[in-house]
Order: sequence, then C-alpha cells, then structure tokens
Amino acid sequence: MVSIYARLAWTWTRAAAAYPGSFVLMIVLGFATTALDVAVILVVFANTTTLAGFSRDEVLFLYGTASLAFTVCDMFVSNIDRVSQHIKAGTFDTFLIRPVSAWLQLCADRFNANRIGRVLQAGLVLGYAVAALDLDWRRAWMIPVMVITGIVIFSALWTLAGAVQFVLTDAPELVNAFTYGGHQLTQYPLSIYARDLVRSVTYVLPLAFVNWQPGLYALGRDDPLGTPEFMRFLGPAAALALALAAALAWRQGIRHYRSTGS
Amino acid sequence: MGHRVITPRRCKTIPLYARLVRYGFRKHATYVAAALAGAFTNSVFGILRAYILIALWQARPGLAGYDITDAITYCFVTQAFIAPMQLFGGGLGIPERIRSGDIALDLVRPAPLQAWTLAEDVGRAAYLFLARGIPPMLVGAVVFGVVVPGGPGRWVAFLTGFALAIVVSFGWRYLIALSVCWLVDDRGVAVLSMVLTTFFSGMMVPLHIFPGWLADVARSLPWAAMVQLPTDLYLGKAPVMETLAFQAFWAAVLLGLGALGTRAIRHKVVIQGG
Repeated sequence: MVSIYARLAWTWTRAAAAYPGSFVLMIVLGFATTALDVAVILVVFANTTTLAGFSRDEVLFLYGTASLAFTVCDMFVSNIDRVSQHIKAGTFDTFLIRPVSAWLQLCADRFNANRIGRVLQAGLVLGYAVAALDLDWRRAWMIPVMVITGIVIFSALWTLAGAVQFVLTDAPELVNAFTYGGHQLTQYPLSIYARDLVRSVTYVLPLAFVNWQPGLYALGRDDPLGTPEFMRFLGPAAALALALAAALAWRQGIRHYRSTGS
Repeated sequence: MGHRVITPRRCKTIPLYARLVRYGFRKHATYVAAALAGAFTNSVFGILRAYILIALWQARPGLAGYDITDAITYCFVTQAFIAPMQLFGGGLGIPERIRSGDIALDLVRPAPLQAWTLAEDVGRAAYLFLARGIPPMLVGAVVFGVVVPGGPGRWVAFLTGFALAIVVSFGWRYLIALSVCWLVDDRGVAVLSMVLTTFFSGMMVPLHIFPGWLADVARSLPWAAMVQLPTDLYLGKAPVMETLAFQAFWAAVLLGLGALGTRAIRHKVVIQGG
C-alpha cells in the first residue's frame, strides 16, 4: 500500500518538477501562507502576555503540534477533497476500475510535493516551542504520540469530508468548516472557547485529542475546564474510533455512488 | 427627427454597464448551494476567530478603542467581507482567458476591458454580499450579539465605504490578473497576493493591534481600504470624510495603474492563428 502510494506520488512530483522555478517558489510561498497563522499568534501576544492563562510559547507549542499533524495530512490525504470534482466530471469511474483502492488513489491524486514547505514551517515552530518551554523530559514521549494521533484524527476527518461529498456533490465547500476549521480550532488552547464547544470536540468529534488533552500532559498543566487526568491518554483510542467511523462512512459513500455511465 | 440627434452614445453606455452588473449578479446566483456552503464555512470560522478576540479583549479591555462587542463585530464583519471582497484572490476569470487566448476577443469588445470587468465584478460582489455577507453577520448576532450602526448617517457612510472597498479590491485583483500576461506561472503571484491581502487588510486581526510602526505602515497601504476602514466605518470608529477620501485615493491609483496595464497588454497580445 505504501509503495503504491509512493509510486503514484513520485509520478506527480516528477511532473511538477518539470518546472523547477515555480516548484521552489511554491514551497517558499506555502511556508509563507502557513506562517500567517503564526503571525496572528505573535500579533496577539504583542498585546498581551497570556491568553486564557497560556503563554506565547505554550500557544506556539499547541500550534506546532496541531499544524505538524494537519500539514502532513494536507500533503498526503487532503487530495481526497477533490472527490466531488471527479464525480461531477465523470472521472471517478476510472478510480474504481483500477486494481488499487479508490481511497489510496484519491489521496495520491495530484500529489503536491511543494506542500512540504508547510510541514517544515510547522516543524520549525514546534521545534522552537519545545526548546523555549524547557519541558519535563519524562513527559516528552507524549509529543511524537500526539503528533501521530493528530495525523490519524485529521486523516479520518478528511476521509469523512470526502465521504460526505458523495451526498453533497454541489457544495463541497461545506466540509472546509470541519477540516480547515478543525485546524483553526486546535491552534489555540481550548480554554478560550465556550464550554459546550469544547465538550462537543471532546466527546463527539474528538479534536480535543489532537493536541489539547495530550498537550496538557506534556506541558504539565491541569485542565482549566476540569477533565480528569486519565483523559490525557485517551488520544490514540479516540483517533482509532474516529478512523473506524471514517472508514465505514467512506465505504458507505462508495456504495452510494452511481455512475452516470458517460 | 429631432429625437434621433440626442447623443446616442451616452444612452447606450449606461444600460450596457447596468446589464453587465446584472449578468455578473446572475452568473454567481446560479450556484446557490455553493454560496450557502461558503456562508456556513465563513460563519464557523467567524465563531472560532471570535473566541480568540474575546480572550484577547478579556486580557486587554478597550484595546484599540474597541470593547468586546466591537471586537466580536469586527470579526464577523471581516468574515462577511471575504466573499464580496474576494479576499483570497481571483474572481475575475481574466487569467484563464489570457491563457486560452480569449482575451483577444475581450479586447475588441465595444467597451474597455477594465470597465467591462469592473461592471461584472460589481454584480458578483452584490450577489455575494447578500448570499455570503449577511449570513455570517446573522450568526454572529445570534451567537454573541453584534453592534448594529445606529442612524442612517452611519449606514450611508458604511455602505459608501463598502462600495469603495469593492472598487479597491477589484483594482488590486485586476492588476494581479493582468500580470499573467508577463508570467508563465501565475500561481506564485496569486499566493503572494493572498498573503498580502489577508494579512494587511486587517482580515485576520485589526491593524490597530499590530505592534508599533507595522500598524502605521499597514494602515497606509491599499489593503487597509478593503477591510479595516469599511469595518471601522461600520463600527463608527473612523472619521468618515478622511476615511472615504483615503479609500477613493487608492481606488483611483489602482484603477489608473490598471488602465496603464490594459494599454500595455493591448500591445503585448499577439493573436495566433486565424
């Protein structure tokens, strides 16, 4: 599965690298686009020292972990977002008759290697935050765990978003509220949001486990909203549950699909 | 006989542009589901961004001369501006027409390319103002409560500022679109324009809270005329005449540059084939 993905991705990369100038330019600009969110954090903290009890470096830590997971998915999974375009254009049928799973092909569809600029940007911010925060090293094992958990959660979210497009073919923008919105939400400490919103992203759509719950453990802090300590370690379980739901939804979506036959 | 002498040119010009505005409106009004989906996403982001500003204003009450309700209103007004102002770029269709060669057809039409495109864009903006501008404001009003300008004077000031902001936004996007004529790959310029516009227009955070000199620089750039200034007019936080004059200045500069650019592409376009 990995080797097929790699081969598909490599084909698209070779095609893009035929124009080396714009390839490099797009990496740099991808870096700049995601840096905008960091610029907002820096502007906010130019006006205050703490935001809902969290310091600038702590927010950058939350930003870095969420963004690293999100940008990796943005690079490797988010291409599935174009499924409604393929359905409308009638090109989706070709994905179904090839001997590789449609999900894998769609994730690699028009694979965009220059999105590595965004991944690097998120990685740099995370590296800075970890260095600046002087974290307890006995808790640092949580950082790779939460990034991987985040990757699984965001991948599942993109897959769900893709599955929904089988029904909402005319309004694919709707899912942006959950995918890109999920990224926006997890950039900040959840203590800034209303309690009901935090509850729903903890118990319904488990975005709180991307970086908030495990992040509290890594930062050695108590939850200002008072959830019990064991919740910090539920990330992988929540991610698996969401991945399972996404897989079922995707299957259901494919089954729901009716070719126009053209 | 006498009636025929009355300046026939003038009588045709205004109906032509009025019709183009209407076509621009109707072209976008076709995609209702897409507009509603966009309005939903803009509203969700409005809610998420509002909480950041609420947390900041709780830490710093009265920052930038706004109270918390002003800051929340600011957030939803800027979300409402995204689609009519086309803050993420594009919306003109010129780059595709330059690449396909259809631009040659546009250049021989009986009206100047720039005015023609502006008229269509005004129609687009008018539709998206209704379909994607009003819903986020309503959501903001229901979830948090927003400031509503009191008195017709402030509404007139805001709507004038909003209209000028549309022209400034058009002027900028038109220049970006024409640049395709000189560049092989336009994606770079498009992304650069998106970064500059979203950051320096005040769409992400109010320009007033930028640190030190950056705030002063940002407030004098054309992007401020797209989001920050019309929003301040809505909130009643800006001197009306000065603000409108500043917006009109940038609208004139950008349209002037656009006119020069149009002339330049007339010389640049080579019509291939027959």
